[in-house]
Amino acid sequence: MLAQQLVNGLLLGSIYTLVGVAFTMTIGVLNFLNFSIPAIFMLGGMLSWALIVLAGLPWLGAVALGLAAGGIASLIVERFTYRWLKTTHPDVPLISSVAFLVLFEHLVILHLGAHIQRFPVPFGDANIRAAGLIISIPQLCALGIAIGLVLVLDQVLRRTQLGRCLRAIAESPDTARLLGVDTNRIVPALFGISGMFTALGGILFATNYLQVSPFIGNEVALKGVAAMIIGGMGNIWGAVLGGLMIGIAESLSIHFVGGAAAETVIFAALLLFLCIRPTGLFGDRAVRAQRV
Amino acid sequence: MSGYAEGLLVLLSINVIVAYAAFLPLAAGQLNLGVAGFMAIGAYAAAFLSNTLGWPVFATVGCAALASGAAGLVVGYPVLRARGIYLVLATLAFGELVRSGLLNLDFVGGAAGYPVSGYAGYQAVAGVALGVVAFVAWLYHTRLGLNMMAVRDDEVAAEQFGVKVRNVKAAAFAIGALLAGIAGALYGHHFSYIEAQHFNVVQSVYIAMYVLLGGVQTVAGPLLGALFFTLIPELFRVGDTWRFVIFAVVLILTMVWRPEGLVDRDLLQRLRPGRAR
Repeated sequence: MLAQQLVNGLLLGSIYTLVGVAFTMTIGVLNFLNFSIPAIFMLGGMLSWALIVLAGLPWLGAVALGLAAGGIASLIVERFTYRWLKTTHPDVPLISSVAFLVLFEHLVILHLGAHIQRFPVPFGDANIRAAGLIISIPQLCALGIAIGLVLVLDQVLRRTQLGRCLRAIAESPDTARLLGVDTNRIVPALFGISGMFTALGGILFATNYLQVSPFIGNEVALKGVAAMIIGGMGNIWGAVLGGLMIGIAESLSIHFVGGAAAETVIFAALLLFLCIRPTGLFGDRAVRAQRV
Repeated sequence: MSGYAEGLLVLLSINVIVAYAAFLPLAAGQLNLGVAGFMAIGAYAAAFLSNTLGWPVFATVGCAALASGAAGLVVGYPVLRARGIYLVLATLAFGELVRSGLLNLDFVGGAAGYPVSGYAGYQAVAGVALGVVAFVAWLYHTRLGLNMMAVRDDEVAAEQFGVKVRNVKAAAFAIGALLAGIAGALYGHHFSYIEAQHFNVVQSVYIAMYVLLGGVQTVAGPLLGALFFTLIPELFRVGDTWRFVIFAVVLILTMVWRPEGLVDRDLLQRLRPGRAR
């Protein structure tokens, strides 16, 4: 039973990982907490659902469009929050990104309704039963995709021109600009990537639980933030480990103390972390966040 | 007064009080996304005193204010060690901790909610709101108020000039928490029922949003923000979902056009009669 909880936790954690990585990227490079991420997570799931069920598109096509929509939404957010507000007080872009969260969520409610919808999947009930454990294949795929994508991202950050530019901006946006980094092209690229990451998280969430609603973003938002903090803001591998730890902690505490108390445990741990060890378990190594 | 107008007035009054609860730390440069948590502490403390000890309303509200203010002080000192994003997230975690903790406390009703036996009429709620506006307007022109502004404008420079930055931040945070407690207590006493889920992070976030929309440089800003937020459905004759769409769009555009909010010092200076420019 314990082993099953651990497996469930790991699989749950893979979703938090994607959200945590999206959060940590914009924090690490721009020192900007992008609160529109939960809305983009939801957009990915809800738009894919609408395109499959309401528009009758083939599954893969709908999912691809859902991903693209996540990227585009994230680019719109970039314009209105980061680009036009980067010289203001840091609370201003943050609150603007929250406004996008509210906007996207309520626009979806207006047009697609506030109900929980069944999310169709092209494959049937797919579980592996091994050594007394039940492992769902979609969830296993989600874990694989999450870790695979982070591996790719890691290599992009380390080896490519884009990665070098992003790391330069993380050190100092002004110096990077002086040295010829075109921040007006690099930063949107970052938002586009993080938007697609997040939307993919939403789609995987929908595929795993076979349902979507306009509120799925809120359910994972704080867990994604927690994953980011525990891993150390700006550290993508930290966010991966943090996400998996949150997933395991959640499924274990649901098992032992019940769902309602599980939340309290996670928030208490988060608050303690922020007060005692704000740099998280692994500090900020991958992309350095600049601090005041 | 019609029931409709009374309801609107109560909503507006409570929104105004929590606006100042978020405004005070913001005026000292600290974004508190846990205001609803402090409201919950006030609401539950007042309800508990009213239900079990049968205290009169003004006494329970006073005690609730002290309780949430004390919580603000206790939480504020360690939490305010964190800055910027860390502080925002710590306050957010605190608010959610209070909410989910209360949800599990069975002696105050747990998930079923908690009826409140005492009652505060709309006159009392509106009166307290007026008092809070007057108090903050006064506070803003005291030495503490000036120090708060200095800390927000430039923390390092303020420290250089001998402002005890940490104490100023903690004071602003704790007084804000105290106001949030008053708002929570009044909310519970007016609507006769509270539940932990009401005081969630979404609530805290809306409060911060309308305060930043109004502007954090002047005392008039939060008032305008709260007025706008409360009256959107009335102004535009729209339903609840549209209300949030309109609010979000207005906020996004306003932040681009006036990042310091609708009312800032410059605007007040210009509006002042008889001053040559």
